[in-house]
Amino acid sequence: MTAIKYIPLLLKNLLRKKTRTILTILSIAVALLLYGLLAAIHSAFYQGIEVAGADRLIVRNKISLIMSLPLSYLERIRQIDGVTGATMAVWFGGVYQDERNFFPQFAIQPEDYLKMFPEFRVPAGQMAEVMRDREACIAGKSTAEKYGWKIGDRIPIQAAIWGTGETWEFNLRGIYTGTRPEDDTTQLWLRYDYLDERRQLGKGGVGWYTVKVTDPEDSLRVAKAIDDMFANSPHETTSVPEKEFARGFVKQFGNIELLIMSIGGIVLFTLLLVTGNTMAMAVRERMGELAVLKTVGFTDGIVLRLVLAESLLIAVVGGALGICLAKLFTLGGDPTRGMLPSFHLSTRFMVIGMAIAVLVGIASGIIPAVLAMRLRIVDALRRV
Amino acid sequence: MAVPIIYNLRSIKARWATAIVAVAGIAGAVSVFVAMLGLAKGFQATLISSGSSDNAIVRQAGSTSEMVSLIMRDEADIISTAPGVARDSAGRPIVSAEAVVVISLPRRDTGTDANVQLRGVSEDAMQLRDSARVVAGRFFRAGTAELVVGTGVQRSIRGLQIGDRPKIGGREWQVVGVFDSGGSAFDSELWVDVEVVLPTFNRPLGVYQSMTVRLTSPEVFQNFKDALTADRRQKMTVERELDYYEKQSRMVATVIRSLGFLVAFVMGIGAVFGALNTMYSAVAARGREIATLRALGFRSGSIVASFVFESLVIAFIGGMIGCTGSLGVNGMSVSTINWQTFSHLAFAFRVTPALLAAGIAFALLMGFLGGLPPAIRATRLSVAAALREL
Repeated sequence: MTAIKYIPLLLKNLLRKKTRTILTILSIAVALLLYGLLAAIHSAFYQGIEVAGADRLIVRNKISLIMSLPLSYLERIRQIDGVTGATMAVWFGGVYQDERNFFPQFAIQPEDYLKMFPEFRVPAGQMAEVMRDREACIAGKSTAEKYGWKIGDRIPIQAAIWGTGETWEFNLRGIYTGTRPEDDTTQLWLRYDYLDERRQLGKGGVGWYTVKVTDPEDSLRVAKAIDDMFANSPHETTSVPEKEFARGFVKQFGNIELLIMSIGGIVLFTLLLVTGNTMAMAVRERMGELAVLKTVGFTDGIVLRLVLAESLLIAVVGGALGICLAKLFTLGGDPTRGMLPSFHLSTRFMVIGMAIAVLVGIASGIIPAVLAMRLRIVDALRRV
Repeated sequence: MAVPIIYNLRSIKARWATAIVAVAGIAGAVSVFVAMLGLAKGFQATLISSGSSDNAIVRQAGSTSEMVSLIMRDEADIISTAPGVARDSAGRPIVSAEAVVVISLPRRDTGTDANVQLRGVSEDAMQLRDSARVVAGRFFRAGTAELVVGTGVQRSIRGLQIGDRPKIGGREWQVVGVFDSGGSAFDSELWVDVEVVLPTFNRPLGVYQSMTVRLTSPEVFQNFKDALTADRRQKMTVERELDYYEKQSRMVATVIRSLGFLVAFVMGIGAVFGALNTMYSAVAARGREIATLRALGFRSGSIVASFVFESLVIAFIGGMIGCTGSLGVNGMSVSTINWQTFSHLAFAFRVTPALLAAGIAFALLMGFLGGLPPAIRATRLSVAAALREL
């Protein structure tokens, strides 16, 4: 169409008050940057739910996750109808150099564990090394990078729970990667057989089991079958789908959602005021010009669209800038040193961010645009 | 000579619509800033108020918290008889050997499980914690499966009223009392007899996790610590109770605070842009007024000061509104999981006068940054040109 011919006019209008246009664009950019950061914080808290497998169950001690279960349950769980695999993990809870260097550490049976979590990958050559060395450990890519570990390094970890506080050394034999950006690559894995041999307390104990079911639809029945099997024993179990387990975990942090929504709400409201005000000022100053445009034959519709296009352009440029800045920031990684292992901005949230920018552009431009459309030429030209 | 203050106040009044933008931006940034710091403050205050400077807590050497510590009965005896331990009127040392177990109980609001700390304590536990007192029912009787619940946990967890018989760890317990410890972390716990907890959770008898003792005075702490750590056979960590809880609060408080600073910083930048916009348009619209002032003989310095002052007034209003908004959450009770203990901890937002002052200072900083460039531009206009303008 002929819409293109209005572009020079649009740009001229935007550039007549350069400072104001730039400041407004920057305000929107900052707001969308903040939106991006909040979205990344949100993802970091909820990533456990996102990555949870629909076909996986978590079996923990009924009293709480802290209490252990006997290792002998592993074979018994594997025999249950509808179970295709099961593996175990123990929370190691050691300290690397300083308590502030937090990353999760699990003692596992590496081969079974990788079968259970196909999203994690360890090169086959490294796996062979891991199986040969009882003191082996496997680090997630981001933790290995953060502390500059290389294959073959000896990693000292103070065994706060299992080793009465003495320091155990492990050989880094493997580095695992995730197949999706939201996969947690901050963990450190140790060999369970080594842990169980060396610890004095809790020998033969397991933190929790992860169970794979044939059919996700069937998972509740399998969960009940597992719990029934161990009912009235000294170690009763609670089995829940992995997603629900993760959700319960997030809920314990409190209402993160409400916190993020309320901050986001304040930001959005302020943003609307800023751009709305800019557009109102722009239209107010140009009453005379708009009247002239109408006099020379611009229709009401075109005037409406011109003003709207102006605010949309400001909002979209600012929004894109802000989202890009947020993406750049999240590429730098977790700002809290280990508390938010998966701090990233997904494409989905970037698209939502742009949609917010477009909405703000329309919402803040609509009133001034309608005013401009309804403007009566005589009234406007009479004003000084 | 300075430009009269009333000039700026009247100007703001005349152009309130554009001032609102700056006010709102600053108010938003300040309210988030103060509320997030209040959240961190509340969390920290709850844990810190759990500790007393009169008490010392003894754990196994190298353990990061009492959750992963072990204290044997013979060690407990050595600790009770160490120098500096206070004694009651009957001459018995005031100590409590304790063990903690984390249990899952259903939350009242969502019905999902929350981790709660079940603390096995000795009979002296109440005497040790000055702030704790039984507010309903009575304390548990030694040797029985009776439990007393903290007020916080009673509010947030289902089925913990006096007379209820919750099943925990494969046995039935009876709730016989409610205790309050003045908003400290103990309010989020259940207390039972330590000698009953150990067998219930399949733990060997006489293996505790920590030992809290009352000292005769805070000054004897060093003596007490030296007596226990001088003996090479004993592997114990001795800390003031206050320090122990302060350390426990650090991790979560740091996360809340760093996220708060990050969000407030970015919002602050946005608010400065808003203030710049408002002040630039104020300067642009008052070109003739400014020129007139200068023609009358006001110096550039006075004009800069005048516009910066105007921006500061706007920022101050925004700061006040933001602080008032954040006061709305003061005292609001929230709960989160404490990473060190892995369990649920109830606490309240704490917006202190110091935080409000910091909020106002933050607002004024934004006002200054947003007001200075436009103020300088105001003095750059040519007087003659501005006066000639229509």
